[in-house]
Amino acid sequence: MSDTREQFRPDDHDNEHFLLTTVVGSYPKPKWHDRARELFEDDGADFDEEEWEESKDDASRLITDEHERAGLDVVTDGEMRRNEMVEFFAKRIDGYEFNGRVKVWGHNYFDKPSVVDEVDYGESWLVEEYEFTSDVADAPVKVPITGPYTLASWSFNEVYDSEEELAYALADLVNEEIEALVDAGARYIQIDEPALATTPDDHAIVGEALERIAEDVPEDVRLGLHVCYGDYSRIYPEILDFPVEEFDLELANGDFEQIDVFKEPEFTKDLAMGVVDIHTREVESVAQIKENIKKGLEVVPPERLTVSPDCGVKLLPREVAYEKMANLVEAAREVEADLDDGTIDVPARE
Amino acid sequence: MPEVVATTPGLYPLPDWAKDDLADLKGHQRSDLIRGDEGGEIAAAYDRAREEVLQTQQSAGLDRIVEGQLRWDDMLAHPLAVHDNVDTRGIVRYYDNNNFYREPVIAGELTPDGDVATELDAAAETVQGGLQAVLPGPYSLADLATDEHYGDDAALLDGVAEFLAGETDAFPDIETLYLLEPSLVAEPPENGAEERASEAIDAVASAVDADVVVHTYWGALEEKVHAYLLDADIDAVGYDLVSDHEQTLYNVNEYGTKDDVSLGLVDGQNTLVETPAEIRERIEWFLGETTNDFGTVYATPNTELFYLPVNKFESKLESLAEAATEEVTA
Repeated sequence: MSDTREQFRPDDHDNEHFLLTTVVGSYPKPKWHDRARELFEDDGADFDEEEWEESKDDASRLITDEHERAGLDVVTDGEMRRNEMVEFFAKRIDGYEFNGRVKVWGHNYFDKPSVVDEVDYGESWLVEEYEFTSDVADAPVKVPITGPYTLASWSFNEVYDSEEELAYALADLVNEEIEALVDAGARYIQIDEPALATTPDDHAIVGEALERIAEDVPEDVRLGLHVCYGDYSRIYPEILDFPVEEFDLELANGDFEQIDVFKEPEFTKDLAMGVVDIHTREVESVAQIKENIKKGLEVVPPERLTVSPDCGVKLLPREVAYEKMANLVEAAREVEADLDDGTIDVPARE
Repeated sequence: MPEVVATTPGLYPLPDWAKDDLADLKGHQRSDLIRGDEGGEIAAAYDRAREEVLQTQQSAGLDRIVEGQLRWDDMLAHPLAVHDNVDTRGIVRYYDNNNFYREPVIAGELTPDGDVATELDAAAETVQGGLQAVLPGPYSLADLATDEHYGDDAALLDGVAEFLAGETDAFPDIETLYLLEPSLVAEPPENGAEERASEAIDAVASAVDADVVVHTYWGALEEKVHAYLLDADIDAVGYDLVSDHEQTLYNVNEYGTKDDVSLGLVDGQNTLVETPAEIRERIEWFLGETTNDFGTVYATPNTELFYLPVNKFESKLESLAEAATEEVTA
């Protein structure tokens, strides 16, 4: 596999070492943007499509800037155009219907859709989002896209004989979308498969779906896979066979108890490690995050370590999300400097 | 012919207005979840939501009415999560679902605290007959917990069973108690623990003056677990026919079952709504394939129902109730 990582090193990067800093994707929406959505969805309000589009553009520009200000090497627009990671796509895919919200945890819900007919590529998913974001960003832009297994698993399947069949049908659509994104210039695509943590025994289905997606993706495009919190020992080392270059894993929630899972057998991909917990409002200090990053060096050498939050940060208050990112970047830069100076060890090299 | 009783294992979805109101009142974070000492507007919202789901069940025509367990932010771990001697830590996955609960860490003795009884008292004010209590079974509740007090699995299970039995002492008059035991399938006891699980269930069931159903789901029970479960003094075992009807049938025909039976016939995790005719067919299929002379067949969804959007949840209750009104022929 070619090295797709160097293209993301900023020209003015100070340190010899480079820990790629990025985010998983989602970010808290500005209150005025939520208000705009409410107005747009309220038939009685005097707020039209054009004004809603403007709100999305403004929010996207603002949060892209906020990511850059935090110093991240690769940014997103915080998914300002998306409401939710399954719903957004299901609204654009033919064959889905919506019946209402269901609980995920506590008072966090999502509008879990039902597949009531064969799925088909409807309208464009993310090309517009990518083009706008890369236009306003100076830094390279990553595109997170919900994976077919999660799209299948987090839907009610009323039609297909099995979830597996539905996942493969959706994989063909994801493949089509990624092709369009690559044509538009995207070079860093992260497939989100949080559902794999839910049903780890299905890793072979995810692998097969990824094969369908990765087919024809050019060599210079960095493909990552994000899998949220779960019992990683149930999917490791099998996931090393997946046709992606990077795994983005949630390890801070759980206090890195699972880090050892990835030491044996040897982790052969790039590791994008969650170093801040997104389930708590407490902002981790730079010193604390540095310690977390060093745990990643037990698994991979620095040239294969990406540093990110555990997961999307959208449920945090915006200022907390920002501080976590800013501290994450500062910690990464300090670890890089320490590596340059040779003052910290890299156990993964031993 | 057996009497068909339409009921549910509880843990309902919150009405949509309550999802919004309670999210606003409580918040979205781990530390915002229920503590058991809520009052004021939060308690009022839950009271109103409870009234609504009681009404929904009564309008649908269900034969047993559950409180709805709308306060159970932590699903089956709820009775521990609100307990004074239990700490809650990070959020952990709820079986193999896209749902999470706070990890309950037992730090002291589980003395009964009346949390579930208070809910039932509130429901009993509205429900004239057919009130059904719902509790996690002791095996599942112990399985969902982290123990830092009892010391070993056997002591933990005893402690949890004693706690649940103590909880039931404060219950108002109930017709039926459903003990939900998904862990018997998902994380089955082994190496001799099968008998202990059955004894713990027996301890809770024996404390209650009502029909006790031990409802299992997400697959069929392992043979040995099933065989031991039948040793407990309970009135019915609940089987998940949606997930695995073949192995379930084998278990029942090979080892027998109780005089009553609870059948998970409606998929609690899919929006496709079963028609009353389909539900009746499933009951008739089961009765046709078994030789038992059942007194009561509880017709129920296989799982808790909070997985569903409200409209489909309500449609499923209506289908179930209607399926139970017609004569079953088998």
